[in-house]
Amino acid sequence: MLRQIGAVTWMNLTGIPQRLGSSSVIIIGIAGVVAVLISVLAMASGFKHTVLGTGRDDRAIVLRGGSDSELASTLSREATLTVMDAPGIRKDAAGKPIASAEAVVIVDLPKKSNDSGANVTIRGVGAEGMMLRPEIHLVAGRMFQRGLRELVVGRGAQGQFKGLDVGSHIALRGSDWTIVGAFESNGDSHESELLADVETVLSAYRRNLYQSVVALLDSTDSFTAFKSALTTNPQLSVDVMREREYYAKQSERMAAVLSFVAYFVGGIMAIGALFGALNTMYSAVSARSLEIATLRAIGFGATAVVLSVLIEALLLACIGAIIGAGLAWVFFNGNVVSTLGSNFTQVVFRLAVSPALMALGIIWACVIGLVGGLFPAIRAARQPIATALRAL
Amino acid sequence: MKFLPLLWAGLWRKRTRTVFTLLSIVVAFVLFGMLQGVNAVFNNAVNAAAVDRLDVVSRVTFTEPLPYGYLSQIESIPGVAGVAYQSWFGTYYQDPKNFVFSFPLDPERFFPLFPELLLPKDELASLVHTRTGAVIGRDLAKKYGWKVGDRVPLHSVIWTQASNGSSDWQFDIVGIFDGPTNDASSFFFNYSYFDEARAFSKGKVGWYIVKVKNPKEAMQVAAAIDKHFANSPDETKTQTEKEFSQSFIKQQADINFIVTAILGAVFFTLLFLTGNTMMQSVRERVPELAVLKTLGFTDSAVVALVLAEALVLCLIAALIGLGIAALIFPAMKDYIGEAHLPANVLVSGAALAVLLALCTGLPPAWRTARLNIVDALAAR
Repeated sequence: MLRQIGAVTWMNLTGIPQRLGSSSVIIIGIAGVVAVLISVLAMASGFKHTVLGTGRDDRAIVLRGGSDSELASTLSREATLTVMDAPGIRKDAAGKPIASAEAVVIVDLPKKSNDSGANVTIRGVGAEGMMLRPEIHLVAGRMFQRGLRELVVGRGAQGQFKGLDVGSHIALRGSDWTIVGAFESNGDSHESELLADVETVLSAYRRNLYQSVVALLDSTDSFTAFKSALTTNPQLSVDVMREREYYAKQSERMAAVLSFVAYFVGGIMAIGALFGALNTMYSAVSARSLEIATLRAIGFGATAVVLSVLIEALLLACIGAIIGAGLAWVFFNGNVVSTLGSNFTQVVFRLAVSPALMALGIIWACVIGLVGGLFPAIRAARQPIATALRAL
Repeated sequence: MKFLPLLWAGLWRKRTRTVFTLLSIVVAFVLFGMLQGVNAVFNNAVNAAAVDRLDVVSRVTFTEPLPYGYLSQIESIPGVAGVAYQSWFGTYYQDPKNFVFSFPLDPERFFPLFPELLLPKDELASLVHTRTGAVIGRDLAKKYGWKVGDRVPLHSVIWTQASNGSSDWQFDIVGIFDGPTNDASSFFFNYSYFDEARAFSKGKVGWYIVKVKNPKEAMQVAAAIDKHFANSPDETKTQTEKEFSQSFIKQQADINFIVTAILGAVFFTLLFLTGNTMMQSVRERVPELAVLKTLGFTDSAVVALVLAEALVLCLIAALIGLGIAALIFPAMKDYIGEAHLPANVLVSGAALAVLLALCTGLPPAWRTARLNIVDALAAR
C-alpha cells in the first residue's frame, strides 16, 4: 500500500515540470495569500508589541475620571500631589515617592518619508520620571536638565521624523528647544516620543494642568490598596489603572482593525486561490486520466491515487506558502512604520514577521491545498477504468 | 451576433474549468470593489472639501487651541469674507463605542459659511436662542432615534464642567440638518454654552474656518493670515480644507499605498491564473480552430473569437464581483461612514476587466492567428 502511494506520488511529482504553467498557478496564488496575510498581521502584532510593551504590572497610571487617554485627561497640581501621597507607591532613598506627574503635548513635525506633517508627542516628566522607567537609557548625548528648554528624543521618533538629530533645535510656541540626547526604551511607545522637564513644557505651552500621574508601586499586589485609596477620596475624581491594562486598552482598537483587514482580505484572496488550485488539480487529473486508469487496471488502489493527488496539491501549496512567507519576511520584517495612536500622536513600530505568523501562513496554505486537491483526487479515483482507457 | 452561440459553446467547453476561472476573477473583483471603494470614499471626502474655505490651526499642531481674540484680527485681513470657529468636543453617547462627532460653534457665523448644510431657518433661530440647544445631522438622528425636543446627555472624554466637575453634558435637540455624508453624523451646539460651562481653557477656540471672497486668492489669504500671526506666541498654519483633510488622512497611514499594493498582488496572481486557463483552452482546441479556418474564417475573425471569449468571461465575472462588493459594502458603514459603493469604482472596475481580458486573451489569440491549417488539423 505505502509502496503504491510512493510510486504514484513520485510519478506525479516527476510530471510537474511538464505542467509547470498550471502548477505555478497554485504556487503563485497561495504565495499571494500568505504574503498579504502575514504582512498585515505583522503590522498588527508589531503595533501591539510596541504599545503593550510600554506597560509594567508594578506601575500604575492615574487619569482624570472618564478620560480615555492621556491627551483627553487633565489633572490639577493639587490632584497630582494628592495622588503621589497615596499609599502603595515605592519610595526612593530620600523617602520621596517614585511617581511622576506628566504633561503630554503635541508638536507637528514633518515625516521623513513623505514630508507631510505628523503629530509627535512631547512628554513632560517629573523629577522621578527616569527612576520610574529604568528601561529608558541614553544612546547618544546627555539627559535634559530640569528648568532648561532641552529635549531627549526616542530612537523611533528620530528615525521617522525630520530635524530630531542630537544638537538640532526645534521651535515650540515661539521658544527655542535643543535636542540634547537620544534614548532607547526596549522598543516601546516612549521611543516614539520626546521627553523634557514637565514644568518647562507646561510653561512653554502656557498651561497649568497635568495630564497623568505614573507611579511605581511597592509590588504588583499593592495596586488594590493604591487604587482604593484614590477612588474613595472624595476630593478626587480619577481613573486608576495598571499601566499594562491601560496600554492594552490603547492598542486594542488598532490591532483589531488591522487583524480584521488581514483576515478579511486574506480570506477573500484564499477563496480565489482555492478556485485556482481546484482548476489546476482538475486539469492535472484529467490530463493524466489515461495514466491513472492504466495504474488502476494493473492493480493500484483508489486510496493510492487519491493520496498521490492530495500530496501533490499539498506540496505545491507549501512551496507557495514558503515563497509568500519569504517575500513578506524579506520586504517587511523589521520595517519601521508609524500610525496615529490613541493620544492622537504617531506611534512608531516595527513590523515583526514572527515564526508563529509564518506557521499560520503555512497552515492556511495547507488547508487551501488540501481542499483544492481533495475533490479532483476523488474524481480521479472514481472515474470508470474502462471508459478512461477507451479514450485513447 | 450570429457568432454568439459559437462563443458561448467555446466558453463552456470545459465547464468546471470555466466556472472556477470565473469564480476566481469574481473574488478578485469583490476585493477590488471593497478596497477601491474604501479608497474612493477617503478621496471623495478630500475632493468634496470646498476650495473657498481655509482652516486656521495652531502652527504647533492642530490640537493646540488658538486665542478667541484672533477672530476680529482674521476678519480684518483683506480677502476674508467670513470667519467661524469650532472646537473638538470628543464625546460618546452612553457607551464609549457610540462615538459622537460633536463640535461647539457659533451658529450665526458657522452656517452661512457652510451652504451645503441645510438647516431650516426657524431651527437655526431656536439654536441661537436655546443655550443648551443642539442641531444634528440626519444620519445621527436616525442612528439613535433622536428627534427635535429630545434631551440628550453626552459624555465628553476631554471637557468637564466648572460647576460640578462632571464630564456629562446635557443638550436639547432643536433641529436636524441635511448635508453631505461626512457631515450627516455631526452634532453642533452653542459655543457660548460650552465656553461658559467648561472648567478650563476658557477663551480659546480649537480652530478657525475662513471663507475667502475669491477662491483664486485662497493661497494669498492663507499666507497673509499666517504672516499676521508670525512671531506671536500662537503662530498659525492656514491650509485649504482639502490640504487639511489630506494631511489628516496621511497621518493615519498611506491608505492609497496599502490598497494599491494588495490589489497589485491580487491582480498579478489573477493575470497568471486566467492567462494560463486561456492558453490551455486554446491549446486544446487547435484542431477545432483549424476547422474554422478551413471553413473560411479569416485570421482576424478567429482572433476576435478568442479575444471575445476572454472579454465575456472577464466582464461577467467583474460584474458579479462588483455586484457582490456593492451588496456587502454597506456593512462597513460604521468604519468609513459611507453606505454606497462609489460609482467611479464600478467604472474603473469595468475598465480593469477589459484590460485583464486583453492581457490574458492576446497571447493565445496571437497564436491562433499564426496557425498553419494543415499542421493544426493534423494536431502537430
